[in-house]
Amino acid sequence: MLKDITIGQYFPGNSIVHRLDARFKIIITLIFIVMIFAANTVWSVAAAVAFLLLSYALTALSPSLMLRSLKPVIPVLIVTAVINVFFFEGEEIFRLWIISVTDEGVKNAVFMLIRVTALIVGSSVLTYTTSPIELTGGIEKLLAPLKVLKFPVHELAMMMTIALRFIPTLIEETEKIISAQKARGADFEHGSLRERAKAVIPILVPLFISAFRRAEELALAMECRCYRGGEGRTRMKQMKVKPADIVALAVSVIFLAAVIVIDILN
Amino acid sequence: MSILQTENLTYVYGKGTPFERTAVDNVSLTIEKGGITGIIGHTGSGKSTLIQHFNGLLKPSSGRVLFNGEDIWENGKIMPGLRFRVGLVFQYPEYQLFEETVYRDIAFGPGNMKLPEKEIRERVLETAALFGIDSAMLEKSPFELSGGQKRRVAIAGVMAMRPEVIIFDEPAAGLDPRGRREVFDIIEKYCRKTGCTVLIVSHSMEDMAAVADRLIVMNHGSLFCHCPVNEAFSKSGEISAMGLDVPQITRVFSMLKKENIIFDDEVYTVDSAVKQITDYLSRKGGEGRC
Repeated sequence: MLKDITIGQYFPGNSIVHRLDARFKIIITLIFIVMIFAANTVWSVAAAVAFLLLSYALTALSPSLMLRSLKPVIPVLIVTAVINVFFFEGEEIFRLWIISVTDEGVKNAVFMLIRVTALIVGSSVLTYTTSPIELTGGIEKLLAPLKVLKFPVHELAMMMTIALRFIPTLIEETEKIISAQKARGADFEHGSLRERAKAVIPILVPLFISAFRRAEELALAMECRCYRGGEGRTRMKQMKVKPADIVALAVSVIFLAAVIVIDILN
Repeated sequence: MSILQTENLTYVYGKGTPFERTAVDNVSLTIEKGGITGIIGHTGSGKSTLIQHFNGLLKPSSGRVLFNGEDIWENGKIMPGLRFRVGLVFQYPEYQLFEETVYRDIAFGPGNMKLPEKEIRERVLETAALFGIDSAMLEKSPFELSGGQKRRVAIAGVMAMRPEVIIFDEPAAGLDPRGRREVFDIIEKYCRKTGCTVLIVSHSMEDMAAVADRLIVMNHGSLFCHCPVNEAFSKSGEISAMGLDVPQITRVFSMLKKENIIFDDEVYTVDSAVKQITDYLSRKGGEGRC
């Protein structure tokens, strides 16, 4: 069902991770991504995963949420792992016709599986604990230096805020339209591929119309409140760096350094 | 004869997640063939969830739904053709319009029934006439119409399937008083003419008092009562405690009663109020004018 999508969803809370500054959380997530791809030995991967589990534990969110975020990508994970098994040279473990499975291949497959899983869980930690407004605010602040190059930072952030805001609304709307057309006897599950593609029209047309209508209403509402773009705009919630933010950043840098050192020593 | 029946119907949203919520809780009711039944309840009382079980859009978490005495989920599969026999008009149905012309939009339902072209045409024209949709409007794009016209086209789209039971979810929501009256008039006329069973979901006691024969009152997912309208209004104290508004005129009369001007308790439409007041005045008139 459409409702099972949790990517980009925010779960309000009051944990240490929730209270961290969004800018720092974004940077820490980037550090973590570098960390997990830099890690190349069993110990360094273990260190990166430990870092992830530690941050997840600090969010005080239920572990089942972590599994839910992984559910939709299981096929991708499996394909990635299988492909990796076959494409590495090394000592042969066994042979299937022309395909040889090597120790290096298996090792790489396992690493890749852990990396992709950690990547998804890691970015979920960010989105689960940061409200869309804070997230885009953070991105806007981090990209602010690009304004010098005439890059429309504020506009980009505003577009992201609006897009994120409307994902749940449009999902709900789609479900309603599907039910309404089903009640008129529309059949989305049976028939040839061509018939099923045609059956989507009664969903798409009303959905587009409502999206345009909402866009128009939103634009009007923003204009009524004198929205004039980012020039001279102030924020209600000022972002302030707190000691906890520095500590969190320091811990992640230390973990990154540790991962690199372990790799070099091996 | 009963046409729709539920037995211990329960529906739970998001089973097994932290957001688990019982929307309909152990509801057993029987709806007789013919007549208009109003389903009222405050927001979140489970009325919209309940009606989506009647045409099989939702599958009960437990309990059964019977149509003409047969379980609609026999063997775990929905009864074939059920959605053409139990029509459901959603809230703000104008948002489901999608075709290029009004004619084709009304013909969408009958077309899905795989009826012959001639029959479809006949049904579309007949339903359109009922709603005062003329041939010029049939050729227009549904998106050129006014809000009230769109609403009528969307309702006609469901009625053209000629279902035996037709369910409306807040059919008058967002319309002005004149539009509301028009919609209810058409529904009432259609029901009386065809003998079709009509269910109307609403939170307005005022509207239901005017059109419904019987009322189903829902409260927090359970059935509060299912009885003729006047009986339901005799429980007006409990109904207001649920957060539903008793019709204004009923409130005026209960206030008059407190002032010791005694009228019949069951006044819930303006028409019956007019009658009561004229009766009262003529009685008083006998004692000398004031």
